[in-house]
Amino acid sequence: MAALLEVSKLHAAYGLTRVLHGIDFSMQEGTITTLLGANGAGKTTTLRALCAMVKTQGEIRFAGQRIDNRATEDIVRLGIAHVPDGRGTFVNLTTEENLRLGAYVRKDRDHIDADLERVYGYFPRLRERRAQQAGTLSGGEQQMLAVSRALMLRPKLMLLDEPSFGLAPLIVKELFGILRTVNEKEQVSMLVVEQNAAMALDLADHAYVIETGRVMLSGTAAEIKSNDNVRRSYLGY
Amino acid sequence: MDALLHQVLAGLATGGIYASLALALVMIYQATHLVNFAQGELAMFATYFAWSLINAGVPYWPAFFITVIFAFVLGVVIERVVIRPVENAPVLAVVVVFIALLVILNSVAGWIYTYTIKTFPSPFPTGGVFGTKLLSPHELGAIGVTLVVLLLLYVFFRFTPLGLAMRAAAQNPDSARLVGIRVGWMLALGWGLAAAIGSIAGMMVAPIVFLDPNMMGGILLYAFAAALVGGIDNPGGAVLGGFMVGVLENVLGAFVIGNELKLAVALVLIIGVLVVKPSGFFGKVFVTRV
Repeated sequence: MAALLEVSKLHAAYGLTRVLHGIDFSMQEGTITTLLGANGAGKTTTLRALCAMVKTQGEIRFAGQRIDNRATEDIVRLGIAHVPDGRGTFVNLTTEENLRLGAYVRKDRDHIDADLERVYGYFPRLRERRAQQAGTLSGGEQQMLAVSRALMLRPKLMLLDEPSFGLAPLIVKELFGILRTVNEKEQVSMLVVEQNAAMALDLADHAYVIETGRVMLSGTAAEIKSNDNVRRSYLGY
Repeated sequence: MDALLHQVLAGLATGGIYASLALALVMIYQATHLVNFAQGELAMFATYFAWSLINAGVPYWPAFFITVIFAFVLGVVIERVVIRPVENAPVLAVVVVFIALLVILNSVAGWIYTYTIKTFPSPFPTGGVFGTKLLSPHELGAIGVTLVVLLLLYVFFRFTPLGLAMRAAAQNPDSARLVGIRVGWMLALGWGLAAAIGSIAGMMVAPIVFLDPNMMGGILLYAFAAALVGGIDNPGGAVLGGFMVGVLENVLGAFVIGNELKLAVALVLIIGVLVVKPSGFFGKVFVTRV
């Protein structure tokens, strides 16, 4: 089976500061893959590189096609939805306007209202807040909004940057449960970057451990979880 | 009493024009955080274009709509060709480009059409309205046109996907790209719309102030004042500010300080607002939780 996403020898830099030094990884369709690593390892940069938000070298293939020379706006049109670091909320727009923007590139305009209902089904809190200015939502609600906005694209692949960041443990649990449901019910593949390694390994099928811009370790989530080094460094027991 | 009412109503007519131009300024400001000093000259240039069409025998309303489209295209082209290359340049560099545009448009208009003052026709009949002398038909018409433009813009930005995309691109370009919005084109579209609105303001004010290459200089100052009074990042406030400035200028000009000092009202307002309340009187305070 061909991989949904294949990254080889990916380099990335902000100006003169090189962050990624030839990352290789791939993921299969329908799976959840997680990238683990400490602060500054290059996790966020890897996700940004996939969306052409940072200058890169190397090869990125999505469903067999090269995407490394395309613009961010065109990559979205292939069905890759990015839930960015910091959530990327349009703070002055309403919750519902934020969601509708998620479906901006879709051609099947008639189905968008049905999809609004679909994401409100996953996150009933957002329905209550639909007319509210998105900047006034709580952190957890904004993270739900960011995930929902990505779902409005009906993506093939979702890139999630630290979905647990700054959220109460209960909300993280709820959010990860919904991510699992979406993955199973809608066959949406997910690439999740996390510092919360324990949560991420519970969610994911596969995992890569990144250190200073290189892949140090890879395997199924179960293998990585039982790796002694990972246990000590990232799981902390 | 009648005289005061007359001044207030006439103020609303010019105020509508200031409101339109202020709105054009706010649109560009929201997207770029820069004030387009060439906005007035763009409007003036478009008005000359309308004048040429009308002189060539095109009836008023077709000329009006052709001009609006011409201004839209002119705005888009200027953004793509002149502004785009300095997109990431320091603020002052862009301001210099705006001022250069102002001077270039002004001189080109003078070169093509000369600096002789020309009359510009009004599409509205002459004589009193409803048998009163309170408001001339052109003033009433200008108010009507302004209100229609404002309503159309409101509907466009509030209820269409493209309008929503433009607001999103202005607010948060990174996130906008991530949902697939072509941010660069939204900016160009914003320039086009702003220039189109400006051209309408130009055509509405030209019968009152007469057409010459410098006609928008004063108007732009009033529009600045209007935008600042309303809060430079608030479209609704800018519109309200426009009407306020129009009325204030007219009433003060007629009864308090005399016509010669009218423009000073705008300047005093600009300085006053910047000193006392830089966010403007209707500048919304947005609450953001982190």
